[in-house]
Amino acid sequence: MKGKPLVSMVSAGLSKFGKLEGLYAREIFAEAAKEAFDRCPNLDPKKDIKALFLGHMGESYEHQGHTGATAADWAGLLHIPATRTETACASSGAALRAGIFAVLSGLCDTVMVGGVEKMTHRTTAEVTEYLAMASDFPFEQWHGITFPGLYALMATAHMHEYGTTEEQLAMVAVKNHHNGFLNPKAHMQKEVTLEKALSSRVIAWPLKLYDCSLITDGGSCVIITKPEIAKKYTDMPIQIIGSGQASDSIGIYERESLTSLIAAKIAARQAYEMAGVRPEDVDVAEVHDCFTIAEIIGYEDLGFCKRGEGGRLVESGETKLDGKLPVNTSGGLKSKGHPVGATGTAQAYEIYLQLTEQAEKRQVKDANIALAHNVGGSGATATVHIFRRE
Amino acid sequence: MSEQAPFTIEQFYKYISQGKLMGGKCKKCGKIHLPPRPLCDKCFSKEFEWIQIQPKGKLLTYTIIYVAPPQFQQMAPYAVGIIQLENDLKIPGMIKEVTLEQIKIGMNLTVAFEASPTTSQWPQWPRYYFKPA
Ligand SMILES: [Zn+2]
Repeated sequence: MKGKPLVSMVSAGLSKFGKLEGLYAREIFAEAAKEAFDRCPNLDPKKDIKALFLGHMGESYEHQGHTGATAADWAGLLHIPATRTETACASSGAALRAGIFAVLSGLCDTVMVGGVEKMTHRTTAEVTEYLAMASDFPFEQWHGITFPGLYALMATAHMHEYGTTEEQLAMVAVKNHHNGFLNPKAHMQKEVTLEKALSSRVIAWPLKLYDCSLITDGGSCVIITKPEIAKKYTDMPIQIIGSGQASDSIGIYERESLTSLIAAKIAARQAYEMAGVRPEDVDVAEVHDCFTIAEIIGYEDLGFCKRGEGGRLVESGETKLDGKLPVNTSGGLKSKGHPVGATGTAQAYEIYLQLTEQAEKRQVKDANIALAHNVGGSGATATVHIFRRE
Repeated sequence: MSEQAPFTIEQFYKYISQGKLMGGKCKKCGKIHLPPRPLCDKCFSKEFEWIQIQPKGKLLTYTIIYVAPPQFQQMAPYAVGIIQLENDLKIPGMIKEVTLEQIKIGMNLTVAFEASPTTSQWPQWPRYYFKPA
């Protein structure tokens, strides 16, 4: 069964990422859905799409819960079953997995999975508070630990244990900003120098402004179907051949390790095994870089390098666009932006473009196997998906 | 009888207001839970006894928070960390009564206790914090 397609991705859509003034989540999601419909003229959305799974993290932003049904309605899919999945920043990674379950169960032939978040109309203090809700309230939030603070705790430990440097953290930002500079849909299409990243203001030491992903509005979606009927919709379906998901304690203080996310390691192992793929087979990857340290830990958890070697891997340049294993060709959460609920399927969108050779200036040559790594909060959820060109 | 108190987060903070760091020890498998929980995640027992944890440990990792949520903004920049206690237990908290530059991984810290807040809003948990030993 190894490497057998679980489902086929036949289309994908992404709204512009950024500060989308005056637009609300449902309207932003509709923009992403429209692109997915337009890319797939053989698909009749009203007839063919049997369900929506929507990743969305926070009611607080727009004072709006029950967003699955709302998103389906605004996408023109009124009355289909629409369910919101919430696993913090991995909400749409989980939506993708829920969609895979729906198709594999045989209950639905074709479903839309996606995600959305509207964040930029709130103050930074408010967003800081809402994001912290993905962490433990009685012991982390209660003691003033912010969401960047949790990753800063991991960064300090990683620096102490493995000699990872602030420069290496900044190199993740420089790399991802270069990629985002080439992505017309990225929030911050701007190159950043190492000096600028290193001298930016401190958010939670050792993490500075340029170590943090952006507060962004955005929506994303992909359409998945049974592999047997995928050719009905497109000549170039992308196969999802591995899917993993795991959880961990909500408080990082309860974990065995402060320098590794066990949920991500378990999810990766499941996905690799299912796909019959090894880390060295991966040609291009989207790795959850909510903070620069998260990408470095992600390299290690995904087996792209040995434990403790993540800082040196980014320094080697191998994860740059022209390196052996380009990571975050989209610009990642760092430069493309991190509309929390939208991130998981935004990663799948980038992989769809890469594997169908539509990534334009940031196209990776001859990419065949791709991986998406989506982490919820400080690691209490992780999903890993592996994709293959047909 | 303290043994009768429920093994909950609420009770943990009641003990904090009394200046005690208390965990729940599973009577069946011996695992110590800090914070306590009503169901042992190792053996599924619901039988516990309270055990007082030495309020001192070593700093495992830390950060200095500059951008804080609204209720902490006035305190920023402030330090938070995770300390290693006895019995392989760890808890996070603020590090106070120290200049930020003096904070180092491995330093010895003790747990100090604050009084319960006087607001009527949930939650009314008192805070503990860490200070140099
Ligand atoms: Zn037990």
